[in-house]
Amino acid sequence: MSLLAVDRLDAFYGDFQALFGVGLEVGEGEIVAVIGANGAGKSTFLRSVAGLLAARRDAIVFAGQPIGGAPAHTIVGMGVAMVPEGRKLFPSLSVEENLRIGAYRGRPGPWTLDRVWRLFPRLAERRRVSGTAMSGGEQQMAAIGRALMSNPRLMLCDEISLGLAPVVVRELYAALPGVVAEGCSLLVIEQDIGQALRIADRVYCFQEGRVTLAGRPAELTRERIAAAYFGA
Amino acid sequence: MDWVSVILEGALLGGLYALFAAGLSLAFGIMRLVNLAHGDFIVVSAYIALFLAQTVGLHPLVAYPLAVAIMGLVGFLLQRGLLNRVMGDDIMPPLLVTFGISIMLQNLLLQIFSADTRGLVGGGLQTASLALGHGIAIGWLPLLTMGVAVAVIGALQLLMVRTRLGLAFRATSDDQTTARLMGIDTRLIYAVAMAVALVVVAIAGILFAIRTTFDPASGPSRLIFAFEAVIIGGMGSLWGTLVGGIILGITQAIGFALSPGIGLLFGHLAFLAVLVFRPQGLFPRTRGA
Repeated sequence: MSLLAVDRLDAFYGDFQALFGVGLEVGEGEIVAVIGANGAGKSTFLRSVAGLLAARRDAIVFAGQPIGGAPAHTIVGMGVAMVPEGRKLFPSLSVEENLRIGAYRGRPGPWTLDRVWRLFPRLAERRRVSGTAMSGGEQQMAAIGRALMSNPRLMLCDEISLGLAPVVVRELYAALPGVVAEGCSLLVIEQDIGQALRIADRVYCFQEGRVTLAGRPAELTRERIAAAYFGA
Repeated sequence: MDWVSVILEGALLGGLYALFAAGLSLAFGIMRLVNLAHGDFIVVSAYIALFLAQTVGLHPLVAYPLAVAIMGLVGFLLQRGLLNRVMGDDIMPPLLVTFGISIMLQNLLLQIFSADTRGLVGGGLQTASLALGHGIAIGWLPLLTMGVAVAVIGALQLLMVRTRLGLAFRATSDDQTTARLMGIDTRLIYAVAMAVALVVVAIAGILFAIRTTFDPASGPSRLIFAFEAVIIGGMGSLWGTLVGGIILGITQAIGFALSPGIGLLFGHLAFLAVLVFRPQGLFPRTRGA
């Protein structure tokens, strides 16, 4: 059984329909990447799964439970964490407080402050500073650490490489296998197709609110991806 | 004229203004809610205390804390049942709703308690004073009020910095959507914030009603004092509201000493001066821990 099973999901912003019958699955221990151009509906998709947008109840099933349209805070409590686009650290909280707020629901699991400090030692040195006073890469580490503090079974990552130097992106991605090893599956949105293909077990391509391609990186040729990404 | 007494008296009056301001500042700081009924809630607290002490006949030391607890419950239910429904990206709907609540409360109080001015019993506290020598004496009630203000603001500060609830308040204040992604039920947090705000309002309202007489129309001018103290001190800074309240109290007291007609005007002028020269207030909210 899949950890996350999305079936025929539609999403709307007012009258504007952003997703059309999207289907996607994430298995236990899997890393799934979603690629697609700007405006393809990738972020909308993550926001729907996280409970920030209305959805048909049975369109999103997590660990056997329908969660479509459930309040975001209950979805977090069930084990779905989000690393939001733009990192969104809380500016009036210190780095340590940002991490502690990630554990607000008190879900038991392997992730503690100490574990996060070990995953990203640079954060430990800066635990007392304001979350937004750090470099972009450090903020992204804190945002990932904050999501891990909720001890999720599934972590949603929205463009964690956005606006960061390649060396920092490599450092961030190098940390992800350790996260999976602790029993957390990953659903990542990534504009950098090369990065997505390197890390993912499976890849989905979105275009104009629809899934245009799905498969394992080894099965996907450059031509098929280009066609799915830009439209043929 | 004894200026030392005037300034001392004004500074202690500032304790009351700081209490007026703290509840307003809390609601604005956490929810971006500008509560135009704030002054009327101060007066409603006084009437509830009056009702419990006089009509029901409870001892003031039972009646007043009970009134504070009732106001906390009112705050929670008000936010859950009404204000949460109108809160969103637009600050206008809650502004209009609290404006409506203000008018309704004033008329409701008028209907139930008539337009007569009332006062709360303070067990002689109103007139007792402490002689400091050199002909200077300060009242026990203003001193007590200042003590309560410092204690309340200190407690709120501890709540915000040291507790899990405070962490949730600050995160929700920073970014409501991301707070939800942390598993925080922001609607519940809002209701708790309003409960805390109205608890502070009720403490302020009871001290105010022991100090001076009040009637159903006393609310709006208390709202103005609260606003002025918040702006002078700096939005979102709890200790700033104490300083803002003290500055407002001292300028009013100086004005009153010069001529009884211009006391309030002096306070308003101090407020305008801050708005013109330092619109962010004296202690703007500091970012980071």
